[in-house]
Amino acid sequence: MIKHLLSMDQLSAGDITHILDTAEQLQGVTDRPIKKLPTLRGRTVCNLFYEASTRTRISFELAAKRLSADVINFSADSKSSVAKGESFKDTAWTLEAMGVDAIVVRHGSSGAPQQLSQWATASVINAGDGAHEHPTQALLDLFSMRQRFKDLSDLKVAIVGDIVHSRVARSNIKALVTMGAAVTVCGPPTLIPPGVRSWGVEVSYDLDAILVDLDVCYVLRVQAERQSEQLLPSLREYAALWGLNSKRLAHLPEHALVMHPGPMNRGVEIAADVSESPRSIILDQVANGLAVRMSLLYLMLGRTDDAEVAAGVTGA
Amino acid sequence: MSRYLISGGRVVDPASGRDGHADVLIAEGVVAGVAERIDAPDAERIDASGAVVAPAFVDMHAHLREPGREDEETIASASAAAACGGYSAICAMPNTDPVADSASVVEKVWRAGRAVGLVEVVAAGALSRNLEGHKLADLGEMAMSPARVRLFTDDGNGVQNSLLARRAMEYLAGFDAIYAEHCEDAALAAGGQMHEGERASVLGLRGIPAEAEEIMAARDIALAKLTGCRLHLLHVSTAGTVELVRRAKAEGAAVTAEATPHHFTLTDAALDGYDPNAKVNPPLRTGADRAAIVAGLADGTIDAIATDHAPHAPEEKDQELTYAPPGIAGLETALGLTITELVAPGHLTLMQAVARLASTPASILGLDGHGGPLAPGAPANVVVFDPHGSVTVDPARWASTARNTPFAGRVLTGRVLHTFFGGSETARDGAPLGAAVDA
Repeated sequence: MIKHLLSMDQLSAGDITHILDTAEQLQGVTDRPIKKLPTLRGRTVCNLFYEASTRTRISFELAAKRLSADVINFSADSKSSVAKGESFKDTAWTLEAMGVDAIVVRHGSSGAPQQLSQWATASVINAGDGAHEHPTQALLDLFSMRQRFKDLSDLKVAIVGDIVHSRVARSNIKALVTMGAAVTVCGPPTLIPPGVRSWGVEVSYDLDAILVDLDVCYVLRVQAERQSEQLLPSLREYAALWGLNSKRLAHLPEHALVMHPGPMNRGVEIAADVSESPRSIILDQVANGLAVRMSLLYLMLGRTDDAEVAAGVTGA
Repeated sequence: MSRYLISGGRVVDPASGRDGHADVLIAEGVVAGVAERIDAPDAERIDASGAVVAPAFVDMHAHLREPGREDEETIASASAAAACGGYSAICAMPNTDPVADSASVVEKVWRAGRAVGLVEVVAAGALSRNLEGHKLADLGEMAMSPARVRLFTDDGNGVQNSLLARRAMEYLAGFDAIYAEHCEDAALAAGGQMHEGERASVLGLRGIPAEAEEIMAARDIALAKLTGCRLHLLHVSTAGTVELVRRAKAEGAAVTAEATPHHFTLTDAALDGYDPNAKVNPPLRTGADRAAIVAGLADGTIDAIATDHAPHAPEEKDQELTYAPPGIAGLETALGLTITELVAPGHLTLMQAVARLASTPASILGLDGHGGPLAPGAPANVVVFDPHGSVTVDPARWASTARNTPFAGRVLTGRVLHTFFGGSETARDGAPLGAAVDA
């Protein structure tokens, strides 16, 4: 298994399948009366979060704890060293000196996890960096799709919204293309990155035209500041042209799913009734994040020769 | 004063057109003779067989950081770095603290350079007060000061206000001075970390489009035609700008241009690992842009190779890419990159390379005594370099205080052996000479 997970580029279709299969096995643990495996006993995982996050940080923390790892949380928004102006590199060295085994990092600057991996000997897991990647989100999204569709290779997926600023879009596009899915990105031209066709996707500016032929409509969060950056005339216009409302939902094929990485702006990119409709698997995504992150930590940090661990998983 | 006989080298001197083997005698601070064979038993003999003897280089674009950021570089350390790189003159950009926007600051920089005495430090002046782009700096006073400022620029910022640009050009034309532009439309470039294109999209970094440079280059060329002012375009980075300059020159406009070694060597692929040392402004562009710059240097559209030497403290570069300041320290790698990337592959002859590094920039700046010709009586500003010698880039060994380079560890062809400034040897084989440093 890889030492660091920085980008979906690092994972082949076989790797992804292995991670998802392992997650499937580990998901059983959640249903047991004692929700813990001893796999990472004695290991230390640090959640290093330079950006506010609820679901990702909690999901990683819970995943590590379910595997019996010790977890420390370091958030830039708390009264931490960052407030005193300690550099990213010094923080990395400090964690090194304390002997952590893995650093789960969320950072507003694209590439920060890659830089961290050059300074630290611990495993680095990218929990979202700037507008670059969010690999574990893509893995949990694939896991969620696979629960419903079994085979990812023929799926028709649209990723709708602010592609240019979205790390979720980048990781999901790479993951889906690797698995053989057909991906269309859709949104206003100002939010579609230059050269996006080289990623192996189709581009559409017309959501209504592509809806009718989708298996998954993956909706991205659109932030209010895109208006002040002259990228959008208004959120109202965005909602009218690219928002997934109940009228559009009716045009989706009956089997098609609605997904969203959260947090949602209800009424902008997705209508409240759509997010709560039976077609939406948004809460499944959240739940599956735990199993997928357990799987990753297990595969990246676990000792494969540990018989107890193997028994724990196969017995699940 | 020492006498040196540089013997057996190949003299490459664009200003006189000489390209052939000759001995060069340096005495009393000047070139005392250039001939096929010179006997001077009392002179220190420097064996230049296999090496090139040329006018020492002239860098139109260097950031010396003094006054204000002496932790990053000083006039002394930059002078030493320049000497090691084969330079006899460097043009000090005005974005210091305080900004070189008045006669007192440019004079201080110029005098400090003279006191160090390793190269001629040519002070550039700001176009606008405090580089803010609102009011003209003391252009005439700087031009008439002992520092005799010839090149004015707000480098680091493009002049956004077209009226200010026009007025500055009109005013400077009266002094036969140069309006030098850092071409960048601030709104188009805002927040940009690298060249806008496929790579920036993949890396999730905000891009700076080529058009941010080209729009201002086109405006300035139009204004230079309107005002008759001499225009110099700093660090040209895009194929479109090269073409704009080519067309302007064909139309007879008084436009010159420079390109940096990093722009003719690297592309935006250098950012793939998020290396802050490859973050520079203007950004590294595409392979097509790089090829256009090489072609522009070959056909003379681009007049000069300039380093845009931009020293930064290690802790400033050792940050997340988006927080790290842009810039590459280049005084000690310019010759190696020029030979490796331009001469060795056959894009430029040695004569053309020396012209871009020495004689053309000297003539643009009106620097008498620099850039050749290597003729009897001329100040002995001379470089001896081995065009086949290899050198591994090791910033820890630089004379510059800076260490920020994306070329660390690269093996380059082209090695500076000796640099002479005003007849004194200022650097030998990559090390500044102590006596001259102490002077």
